[in-house]
Amino acid sequence: MTLALARPDLSLRALRLWQRNWDVLRNTWLEELVWPFVEPLVTLLALGVGLGRIVQLPGDESYLEFVAPGLLAIFPMWAATSEAGWSSYFRLESERIFDAVMATPLSVDDITTGEVLWAATRGLISTLFILVVIAAFGTVASPLALLVPLAAVPACLFFAAISLCNTAVARSVRSLNYFFVLYITPQFWLSGAWFPLEELPEWAQRLSWWVPSAHAAELFRGLVRGGLEWGHMGHLAWLAVAALLFYALALLLMRRRLVR
Amino acid sequence: MKPLVVARGVVKRYGAFTAVDGVSFQVMEGECFGILGPNGAGKTTLVRLMASLSPLTAGQITVDGLDVSRQGRQVRARIGLVPQHDNLDPELTAWQNLRVFSRYFGVPKAVAEERSGELLDFFHLRERARQRVETLSAGMRRRLIIARALINAPRLLVLDEPTTGLDPQARHLLWQRLRQLKAQGVTMVLTTHYMEEAEQLCDRLIIMHEGRVLAEGSPQALVERYAGREVAEVHLAPFQDEAPVLSRLTGARGLVWERAGDVLFIYARDSDGLDPALLRGMGERVVLRRANLEDVFLRLTGRGLAE
Repeated sequence: MTLALARPDLSLRALRLWQRNWDVLRNTWLEELVWPFVEPLVTLLALGVGLGRIVQLPGDESYLEFVAPGLLAIFPMWAATSEAGWSSYFRLESERIFDAVMATPLSVDDITTGEVLWAATRGLISTLFILVVIAAFGTVASPLALLVPLAAVPACLFFAAISLCNTAVARSVRSLNYFFVLYITPQFWLSGAWFPLEELPEWAQRLSWWVPSAHAAELFRGLVRGGLEWGHMGHLAWLAVAALLFYALALLLMRRRLVR
Repeated sequence: MKPLVVARGVVKRYGAFTAVDGVSFQVMEGECFGILGPNGAGKTTLVRLMASLSPLTAGQITVDGLDVSRQGRQVRARIGLVPQHDNLDPELTAWQNLRVFSRYFGVPKAVAEERSGELLDFFHLRERARQRVETLSAGMRRRLIIARALINAPRLLVLDEPTTGLDPQARHLLWQRLRQLKAQGVTMVLTTHYMEEAEQLCDRLIIMHEGRVLAEGSPQALVERYAGREVAEVHLAPFQDEAPVLSRLTGARGLVWERAGDVLFIYARDSDGLDPALLRGMGERVVLRRANLEDVFLRLTGRGLAE
């Protein structure tokens, strides 16, 4: 337990692991990016345009305009969690990348930090791509949308960190599934990206305070559609605090996993 | 010569299991130091402790004057580790593996590129530089791992069973390269359970068994002390009684014997040798040979299964 409570041992060398992952992405970018690039496009066409023709929202907003900022909340969530999930697990157990790195001046905390930063980066790549796409579809109403990449940082860090926590305790690659099926998939559908959360019963609406992607969806909606309020800072703060908490937990769990 | 590695009373426990149980030794600068022992003796654990990969339960290890427990980063910066199990980066080419690793150590780019070129030449991997490591043979991968371990110009090269699983050609090529490195003054710590490897490479060694050091010295000194000059292997019929054979040897001084299955090992420890005439006609077959490190190893750690 003394180990688990020790202060973090961090250095800038954490970025060297980030850089390793970046180099691998440059070798394999086509295979790696086809999923996060094509899926949001297809979704936007099917739901925004296709379904959008028959959906009538209260007010004069089209369904496409409603869905667009929601995509910024859920697809980057997928990108960051799957990177810190399956990909980190693969590096941890199959490729034994971290075993090799542990024999260098990097600390275990550097490894954890590099992985969290990298998975968050994958979330940000997805964010930037979707921002460009929804702008091209003409759904961006406010210049505040330019702040989306910055505002997305806490959300991406949070999803990266919580997924790495799950990876650090996973006994096999299959056991990662619980996290994705029970935690990420519900957030995909129930974050308020596809329909206003006010449509849900009262008790479910109250639960949404606990749903990270709901905070992200509200935040991005404010920036992209305009109408930013002080309340949006609350969503940002919620995500930032959660990111810090789960980053700290990831440091502990990865030490437990890697130090023997 | 001054000691580069000093280990004092090193203990490592995993729960109730004690993997390393009070081990002390010193590795001098420029020497090749061997850690021998059967599987499960604690060799790999000891190497991981030395390389600051794993926390000690008790005791102390210093490398180049730095404490592995408190100055782990600096210790690891001075060590090149060749792990027992291949952990090259399979998503990268041979060249990229060296480059990415050099960045972990903060080696400047120009230095790293020059060194990578030299190392690939030294280990006959130049033509493979642009190949992904997945496509390399086991021997090539082994050589690349050693090249990778040298990318930071380490004060100490630590090799954990470097040739396990290699064919004889690949093994001899590797030994040749390691001898060259030693001639260049690289200090090495090597674990192995190949006695030939230890005899070929090590100046001094320790023999470990169940987490403890059983013996320490140069290969020659250990052979003389524990096995003598010559060994006779008397191959008996299964279940044949060894007493009649041994009774013929009662007059000879300084003999030690040991039976393992159907073979009787007779060591001429303190005498000048064995009289072949004495052994003629014993058992089904008698082999008289020089004692070697394997005899020492088996005498100390037992000829039974060490599982």
